Amino acid sequence: MWSFALRRALATLPTLLAVITVCYLLLHATPGGPFDGERVVSEAVLANLQAKYHLDKPLWQQYLLYLQALLQGDLGASFRYADWSVNELVAKALPVSLAVGATAMLLSLLLGVAAGILAALRQNTSVDHALMVLASAGHTLPSFVVGPLLVLVFAIGLRWFPAGGWSDFDPRYMVLPVALLVLINMATIARVMRGSLIEVLHSPFIRTAHAKGLPLRLVVIRHALKPALLPVVSLMGPLCISSITSALVTETVFSLPGLGRLIVNGAANRDYTLVLGLVVLITVIAVLLNLLVDLVYAWLDPKIRY
Amino acid sequence: MPGSTPRSAIEAAAALADAPAGRSLWSDAARRFRRNRAAVAGLALLVLVSLACVLLPLAWPHAFDDTDWNAMSQPPSLVGWHWFGTDDSGRDLLVRSMVGGRVSLTVGLLATLASCTLGVAWGAIAGFIGGRVDALMMRLVDMMYAVPYLLIAILLVTFLGRDFHLVVLTITAFSWMDMARVVRGQTLSLRNAEFVDAARAIGVPTGLIVLRHIVPNLMGVVVVYTTVTVPGVILTESVLSFLGLGIQEPMTSWGVLVRDGAAVMEASPWMLMFPAALLAVTLLALNFVGDGLRDALDPRER
Repeated sequence: MWSFALRRALATLPTLLAVITVCYLLLHATPGGPFDGERVVSEAVLANLQAKYHLDKPLWQQYLLYLQALLQGDLGASFRYADWSVNELVAKALPVSLAVGATAMLLSLLLGVAAGILAALRQNTSVDHALMVLASAGHTLPSFVVGPLLVLVFAIGLRWFPAGGWSDFDPRYMVLPVALLVLINMATIARVMRGSLIEVLHSPFIRTAHAKGLPLRLVVIRHALKPALLPVVSLMGPLCISSITSALVTETVFSLPGLGRLIVNGAANRDYTLVLGLVVLITVIAVLLNLLVDLVYAWLDPKIRY
Repeated sequence: MPGSTPRSAIEAAAALADAPAGRSLWSDAARRFRRNRAAVAGLALLVLVSLACVLLPLAWPHAFDDTDWNAMSQPPSLVGWHWFGTDDSGRDLLVRSMVGGRVSLTVGLLATLASCTLGVAWGAIAGFIGGRVDALMMRLVDMMYAVPYLLIAILLVTFLGRDFHLVVLTITAFSWMDMARVVRGQTLSLRNAEFVDAARAIGVPTGLIVLRHIVPNLMGVVVVYTTVTVPGVILTESVLSFLGLGIQEPMTSWGVLVRDGAAVMEASPWMLMFPAALLAVTLLALNFVGDGLRDALDPRER
């Protein structure tokens, strides 16, 4: 197990390095650097600025210095927000994204697995069909269509929740964004869970469990659930990646001051350094989450860690 | 290959391979597809939407960027040819939706074409050569999967500007991996198939084996995965545009229209409803067609 974990962990390094390198080179290939703006500055000031940001050194040295700063956790300075470093902006935005994202992920796992079990046990009944139609809708309807519709119905129509914004982790502001994320993720989880549970329920060891007289509830909980959950676990990796996409949309729809909003605004303002820092940070988070999912999967299913 | 004997042998082998089926893969698939009502309905809807997007703006009394100062933010009505209503500068929403649809569908088609070409080539080369090259090429695909593509798209758009071609290129760059994986898997199993061994044994040159035996057998999965790619690609374009990072004014796309509609939905909900409904219906139809094609063409199903 440990050697497998180590091998998998090492395999993520090239990915991370590739992303960081490509992003960094893109930043440098972009015409119009931070310091050749409209303001005319004296030669000496310019030289000072260039020395401070290592622009007087060759590109490979700049790159190594950037990597060194990254390793120390320094994402650089924002190009637009004068008094803010990217780290400070992230420190303000990350808890918001984390609160909404983690709540949504937990809820969609619980509800998705429950819906999948229900649909599998009631296969080909109206309950099953209704759940699967709902799941298809959640699967195909784009989040940025469903989001505004939720606002239209629950915020503008019924006035149950605020239409957007954020107020210091007030749960009322979290309901609609979390609901949107849950609707999207739950659909995928429920479909996979239903399929895999149906498959497991047809296997011989389940027939044995039935044959020795276990009630259905125990057959499902003790025997069928664990193997049926494996595909759901392997789904979590891609789901984490797509959740980042959904987070961008959700935070835009509900104007939450999270990482997604920060990066979208940064892109609109052409805040190069902020976007670069955030892309690197979020990619690292995504790759690490993927690694975690892989390790959990290997821990659950010994066939994987050859 | 000199002489005529091998050539006729190939033809004989080919004829033999085709003979027992009775009908070809494609006519068989067409029959299965026609029996799938959801898929046929989806296809009809798609044709309808595409025709409307192409033809309606030509015949409609308003142009997509015409401002009508007498009809600003007007709700849908049959009077004055504003069936979907107008936006806050009096532009007709119906014609804007159709022109937006043109852009969304064009991006969808172009990016799908490009990404599928890349995916097929990548997968086929990796699968056919095998060994280290294969391992290296597939490692890159794995790497691409781990990267949240929308972020890289945002990065590209930030640095290089918002341009139609760039949007297509960006979407292409992150939608070819599924195709590459599937095609590689299929090529790998075909390479070791008995009929390929047989062809090799009677002396068919490699190029001809690829053309005659590998490619035709790949067509099924390629068609299926191409249709699966289209809705994903259209969705990506819409998300980019919705975030304000895709197609720019005065040009429009469904994503832009949904974004504009969401901004004014309290006062003029039709601005959100019509483009959102068009996009949702198109995506659903594409999914139905994709599912129908998969059921019709997937050899494992029979």
